[in-house]
Amino acid sequence: MTRDDGADAGRDDASRSDLADAFADGDALVSYVAAGDPSAAATKEYAEALVAGGTDVLELGLPFSEPVAEGPTIQRALQRALDAGMTPDAYLDLVRDLDVDVPVVCMTYYNLILRYGSSEGRDASEPGPEAFVEAAADAGVSGFVVPDLPVNESERMAAACREHGVDLVFIVAPTTTDERLERMLDRTTGFVYVQGRVGTTGARDDVSAAAHGSLDRLAEANVPKAVGFGISAGEHAREVVAGGADGVIVGSAYVDEIADGVENDEPTADVAARLESLARELKTGAERGASADGEGGTTADHDSPEPQRK
Amino acid sequence: MSEDPVRSGKFGDYGGQYVPEVLMPAVEELADAYERYVLENEDGFVDEFRRHLREFGGRPTPLSHAANLSERYGTEVYLKREDLLHGGAHKLNNALGQVLLAKYMGKERVVAETGAGQHGTATAMACAYLDMPCEIYMGRTDVNRQRPNVFRMRIHDAEVNPVDAGSGTLKEAINETMRDWATNVEDTHYVVGSVVGPHPFPAMVRDFQSVISEELREQSREQLGQLPEAVIACAGGGSNTMGAFSAFIGSAELFGAPTGAHEPAPDVDLLAVEAGGAELGVDADEGYAPNSASLTTGSEGVLHGARTKLLQTDEGQIVESHSVSAGLDYAGVGPELAHLVDEGRVTPVSVGDDAALEAFHCLSREEGIIPALESSHAIAYLEEYEGEGPVVVNVSGRGDKDLDTVIEESAERDLDVAPSMEVFEQ
Ligand SMILES: Cc1ncc(COP(=O)(O)O)c(C=O)c1O
Repeated sequence: MTRDDGADAGRDDASRSDLADAFADGDALVSYVAAGDPSAAATKEYAEALVAGGTDVLELGLPFSEPVAEGPTIQRALQRALDAGMTPDAYLDLVRDLDVDVPVVCMTYYNLILRYGSSEGRDASEPGPEAFVEAAADAGVSGFVVPDLPVNESERMAAACREHGVDLVFIVAPTTTDERLERMLDRTTGFVYVQGRVGTTGARDDVSAAAHGSLDRLAEANVPKAVGFGISAGEHAREVVAGGADGVIVGSAYVDEIADGVENDEPTADVAARLESLARELKTGAERGASADGEGGTTADHDSPEPQRK
Repeated sequence: MSEDPVRSGKFGDYGGQYVPEVLMPAVEELADAYERYVLENEDGFVDEFRRHLREFGGRPTPLSHAANLSERYGTEVYLKREDLLHGGAHKLNNALGQVLLAKYMGKERVVAETGAGQHGTATAMACAYLDMPCEIYMGRTDVNRQRPNVFRMRIHDAEVNPVDAGSGTLKEAINETMRDWATNVEDTHYVVGSVVGPHPFPAMVRDFQSVISEELREQSREQLGQLPEAVIACAGGGSNTMGAFSAFIGSAELFGAPTGAHEPAPDVDLLAVEAGGAELGVDADEGYAPNSASLTTGSEGVLHGARTKLLQTDEGQIVESHSVSAGLDYAGVGPELAHLVDEGRVTPVSVGDDAALEAFHCLSREEGIIPALESSHAIAYLEEYEGEGPVVVNVSGRGDKDLDTVIEESAERDLDVAPSMEVFEQ
């Protein structure tokens, strides 16, 4: 497998993307919900509430039937969205329809991206990512996170994203080797997604030492860093940002609220109000972490950073 | 990764490594271990593997002449008897190889998915034998339809975790095993049960299973005085299939194989029999395929770490598949097999639920061998086979696990060939 060089390296500062700009203050809040959970109309309202609460980047999950990187909370959300009829085309309609002034990131699995061009009414001669990347860019999507597309397989996707001015964000895991980290930093644009712990997505009660280890390894990298997986409260956001992150990514904590709303048959506006206040708590935490400027960044139980891997 | 086609994990456009980053270092570590231990026999790995296959597995398995079937079909029919491998299916070849490899790699725990329960059982046996803790994920529907294998796994002291998501079959079990692996990746090896998943699994599982065709080739020469005209094997993920075919394709060669055992033999027809289920095709509106025939009716996509042929909707959502046989009930297929079909080297065919049930009874009556429902699909294809023979059918497993299903389904369908069970009413 060949590694490409300079040609697709991250953008330099002069041509920074919307996505990278959203991290400029170093305390960005990236908020994830599953598109269509429990309906497209509800997602629109939730997205607007999250932005009102201080969200800087909106990450919308396009549901796939086999979400292997997700824990139970988001698995169920994606299933609710699929049951409610969410499709790639409906997703793009929803993005077009959103009344928010923050960049939107599409999080989905590679098969949906690959199939889009050869599905009904479009007739790409063979499956490929180009058609969906183009359609998503037209609809207003600023970037992609594709958990089952590691850097090794990403050449064609990265080329399509470059062509359409969309960022392709890679995930750095606690297990990522130094060699892989370098390859990812060569190709990632917008920001890097720092996976805060091994395992799948899901809200947790503390921030893992692995998140701090990865941030230490990324300290020199010239690209914004956002930590996700397990962040559910303002205090986590403060700690992670104080530890060197430029932002936090939160998903399951919101999805838990949405799931409660579905279970108790609550009005969408009530759920939206809770999402807005959770976003505000998280954003305030991130801001406090940034103003502390690194001081008191780590809690007492912060283990020594992960050893560098070979 | 090496550019060598055998080692790169690409079969034409198929294959690859489409897994979350958290797993990629483990997948790369495994690819490295595969090259060293399996391809280069480092530390005598393959010698030890072959010794366990003989001493624990009971290899070689016989090639049996099926005199009554031969007469019935007017073609000389031979059966490769993987049903006689320890545990009752070909799955042990791969499970032993991977559990042993996990030990060589210093892993402390293995996880595995299972559909029919045969791979789970084989993994549980290999783990008991090689002293390795093991946890198996199995869809809820499969837990209920393959109870004897659940008992066996538990008796070998494996944990069995039922998976409730979706239709509770193999696809959901694989999802959940991948999540366990992503959580415990530092000390855990995932024993993938077929020639599916990210590289190196498709190549490595094929190599461990290639002992089937290596023996079959030798045995044909000795017993038939020639190579067979065709080899017929059922295909779910395709591990018994690739195992029965690979020595004729020349794609794999395990250390210590007899010379010439893997020379390409383009004149031998290779027939992969998929589960035609109730009928062919995909009902995209319902998100359902009433079959598991991904080679015959699937389209290209990415699932469970590889690019391959899949049963999916137009948009790329994976659909629920169906087969009366749990081990074939899967929406994907191994990437190498998909490639060999595109190349024209392997011919995909399909056999439906009814025909498979009939073949189950036929082999049981005519030859005194109760085949697995999976293998019954391969046997059923003899009805349509038009060559002159001799032909070899791979009996990938025995059918003890399927007795409840077969009795119930045969009664429901009023199959003529099914024996009456009136004896219970007396
Ligand atoms: C006896 C038997 N044959 C065949 C299969 C299908 O698997 P594969 O296509 O990988 O050989 C199974 C799977 O459980 C099985 O138990």
